[in-house]
Order: sequence, then structure tokens, then C-alpha cells
Amino acid sequence: MAENVKPRVKVPSSASAGETVQIKTLISHQMESGQRRDADGNVIPRSIINRFVATFNGETVIDVVIEPAVSTNPYFEFEAKVPESGEFVFTWYDDDGSVYEDTASIEVS
Amino acid sequence: MTTRTVAALALAGLLAAPAWAEDAEERLLVNDEIEITLRAPAPEHLDGALPEIVSGWVYRSPETQDLQRDDFDNPGILYVDQAREVWNAALGSEGKSCASCHDDPESMRGVRPVYPKWDEAKGELQSLEMQINECLTDQMGAEAWGWDSDDMKNMTALLASVSRGMPIDVAIDGPVQDIWERGREMYYTRYGQLELSCASCHEQNYGNLIRADHLSQGHTNGFPVYRFSTTALVSQHNRFRGCIRDTRAETFAIGSDDLLALELYVASRGNGLSVEGPAVRH
Amino acid sequence: MMERREVLMLGAGAVVALGLPLPAWSAADDAVMAYTGGSDVLEGGVTLDAPEIAENGNTVPIRVSAEGAEEIVVFAIGNPNPGVATFRFGPLAGSQEASTRIRLAETQDVVAIAKMSDGTFHRAVREVKVTIGGCGG
Repeated sequence: MAENVKPRVKVPSSASAGETVQIKTLISHQMESGQRRDADGNVIPRSIINRFVATFNGETVIDVVIEPAVSTNPYFEFEAKVPESGEFVFTWYDDDGSVYEDTASIEVS
Repeated sequence: MTTRTVAALALAGLLAAPAWAEDAEERLLVNDEIEITLRAPAPEHLDGALPEIVSGWVYRSPETQDLQRDDFDNPGILYVDQAREVWNAALGSEGKSCASCHDDPESMRGVRPVYPKWDEAKGELQSLEMQINECLTDQMGAEAWGWDSDDMKNMTALLASVSRGMPIDVAIDGPVQDIWERGREMYYTRYGQLELSCASCHEQNYGNLIRADHLSQGHTNGFPVYRFSTTALVSQHNRFRGCIRDTRAETFAIGSDDLLALELYVASRGNGLSVEGPAVRH
Repeated sequence: MMERREVLMLGAGAVVALGLPLPAWSAADDAVMAYTGGSDVLEGGVTLDAPEIAENGNTVPIRVSAEGAEEIVVFAIGNPNPGVATFRFGPLAGSQEASTRIRLAETQDVVAIAKMSDGTFHRAVREVKVTIGGCGG
């Protein structure tokens, strides 16, 4: 598992039914591209987060396939529709097989 | 042609300020609540060397500036989060965490603005790094952190973040006066094969471009900064060391008395600007 | 539907007939072609926001938006590998737009191609200048 991989997610705590809310997600990850070389000239192997999925009450909001050209500490900002109260689940998939997850609840009136 | 003339000509050949400098709305309100003072009257000790002091944020492109407006946009805050976890962790033989003595990190508001500062008990000028290590070794029975280690940078980022908006206010008189004067002397000394002093760029050419870098006044109110060039936090000493290395000089060591003196002097040039750290720079 | 080879031949033939130099067929064009399968790509209908000048190529903020798109793919034409990201919008997407930060190896075109729900492809292109710093890069 890559070290110190921690997500940071901004979701409003409340909204009205059917409203569109803005979501920001950051996660600390080196995103080693596979282009760099170490001091001995050897290629440092690629090791990135290759996919990010956001769902709300089980339904997909956005699904991102990620290549090494996405910056270190990957950032995604997007919008979601919230028909009712519930929970967002954010999942990041690492090349090394690790899966990182974060959740956020929202009250919808 | 002497190196000095070449250097002077090189500086004179700089382009004017970049196009975006005109349009940017110049206000930094972090998280819709922390007002950052971007411009302030030049401290008296500058003796007119600068007409006013300006935060480095002003010199960045609008896209870079935007990343500092919200803690969910600022990658530096990822490291603040890491430090919060360490804050609550028991380290060392005494089984204490930072929280054991200091409650929550927010209670440390007011600390960052006055560093580096004189420690009467130890009889020395201390940077924030030195104070943190003093807590670790003397109070917690833990091992000191490397000056430029991830733990140390993360912690200084946390301490800076809880003081955002407060004016930098370091003392330059009394027991630190000699050190401050040494720092000032260094600031105006030309180093390296390129014979450039801090003032060559940051006092005489702020606002101009050096190749494609928009020069700032070189204040440290935003440190530790998240730099795009390293996609990591960068400490003050690391930056000083880098700048001096870039003049093609044998540069100073991180944590040395020399850089500590420079740190005090440079901090004092920014007295009045807001603590901004962790700031986002290119 | 035309085979890619036929499209290539037609294009090359037309260009030679006019006496113009043949355009270089790059890895980036392969990547775009692989995605669109040789279909027409229409201009417009897709917005790509990117800075004109990136202060550092490591972290370049971009935003893509295409109303009615099923997905938007981003390519960085001048990178060693042109693919950057694919944004697929699900049923609870509030809009077909997304922002991220990307790495650009040098000054180049960034291309966003939106695949609409009616099967058509639309594209937007932005040139981003990537600068070299003056102080230690």
C-alpha cells in the first residue's frame, strides 16, 4: 500500500431535493508516472491511482479513468444531483491493488 | 566584461510584468472567512527600500492563486491533515502527544507569527522547527525530527494554518539584534558566480520576470509553501538554500546559524503581512 | 463506416493532390483515432478551460464541460503518453463537467473529446504554454 494516502472531500452538509451540489475531492498520492529515473538511472516504476468513482446511495455520479498525466495529489471537482438524503461514497483505486474510500452524508429536505 | 556586468545586463533584459498581472482581482479570502492581508506598509527598518510590502501570492498566475482560496483546493492542506493525526499521537518515552500539553492545534494560534524568536531559557534564537524539536526531546522523550523531514514540514504547515490572517510580527531588537543585523548583511551580500544578492531579485526586480518566473518580494509569510515544482511542502531554509545555490554559490546548510539569521531578517521584512501558510506557489 | 486506412488514404491523397506536405501522423492522433473509431469529430459543443500559460507543467488546472455528454476524454498531444483522463458521467451527475489538474511535459495542445449520448463526437482544443522557471526550475 502506498504510504500516507489520505482523502479530503468537500460535500455540503445539506441541500434541497433535486438540487445540484458541487463536490471537491483531493487525495494525497505521489502518482509516480513511470517517466522518472532514480539517482542510478533506473526508471522508477509507475504507481498511480488509476480510477476514481463517486456514487450516491449506490448510483454512479462520476467514474474517472486516470492516466499518469494527472498531477500528484489528484484533484477532482464535479457536480452531483441529490434526489434524497443519503451518503456519498468516494473510491480511489491504486495500481498496487489498494483501494481507498471516503464517505460523506448529506441531509436533503 | 565582468560577471557582475553580465549579471546586471541579464537582469536589465527582463521582460515586463506578465499580462495576467493587470486583471487579477486582488483579494484573498480563504474558506470564505480568513482575510489575508496582501499589502502592508513597509516596516520602518527597511528605511524606504520598498514602497510597500506585498505577499508573494500577488505575483502568481490566477490559476495558482485560486488554489489557495479553499482548503479543499489547496494541496498543502493534505499535509496539515497528516500533522493533525501526529498531533494526537503519543510519541516518545513519556507517552505524551502534542495534545497532552497543548489541547487542539487551534489553541496554537498566535505562535507562528512571532517566529523565529528568542528563547530565554535556552539563550538562543529559535525557529519553529527548533521549538518543535525542543518539545519532542525535552518534554516527550522522543527523537528530534529532521529540519526538512516530512513530519517537521507537516507540523510547521499545521501551525501556520491555524494562524492564518494574523500579521507576521517578529522582534528584531534586544537579544536578537546582532543576529538580525547578520541576517540583513547576508540579504544584501552578492553570492556565487552570478554575484546575486537576495536584493538583486527581490528588492530591485520584484514584479519583473526572470525567464518565466514572476519575481516576488521574497517574503516568507506563506511558508511552508506547497510548490508545484516539487509537488510537496518546502521549508524556508530549503528555499534559502536553493536560491543561494542558484547563484552558483557554495550554499549554506539547512538549520545553520547563517540561515537562521537570514530567516529572522527576511521574516522581519514581512512584518505586517498575514501568515498564509501553507501557501501555494509554482 | 470507413476503415481507418481508407480515411488515411483519402486524406493523404487529397493532400498530395494539392501539393501540400503530408501531415505527420503522431501517437496522439492514433490515440484520438482509437477513441473515436474514425468517426467525424465536430468542433464545438465541448468547453475546455485551461490556462494560456502554465506557471508549472506539474500542476495545470483544467475544466471540461459538454452538455449531454456520456463521457469526456482528455488528451495531452505533446506528452510522452497522450492519454490524460476519461470522465464518465453517471445518472446522478449534476452536470457533464469536471475539473482536475494535469501534467504537461511542454507547451502543447490539450484536447477534450466528448462522446454524446447520440453517438457523435465533439472536440475542443486549447494550447497551453508551459514555462521554465528562472530560479532552479
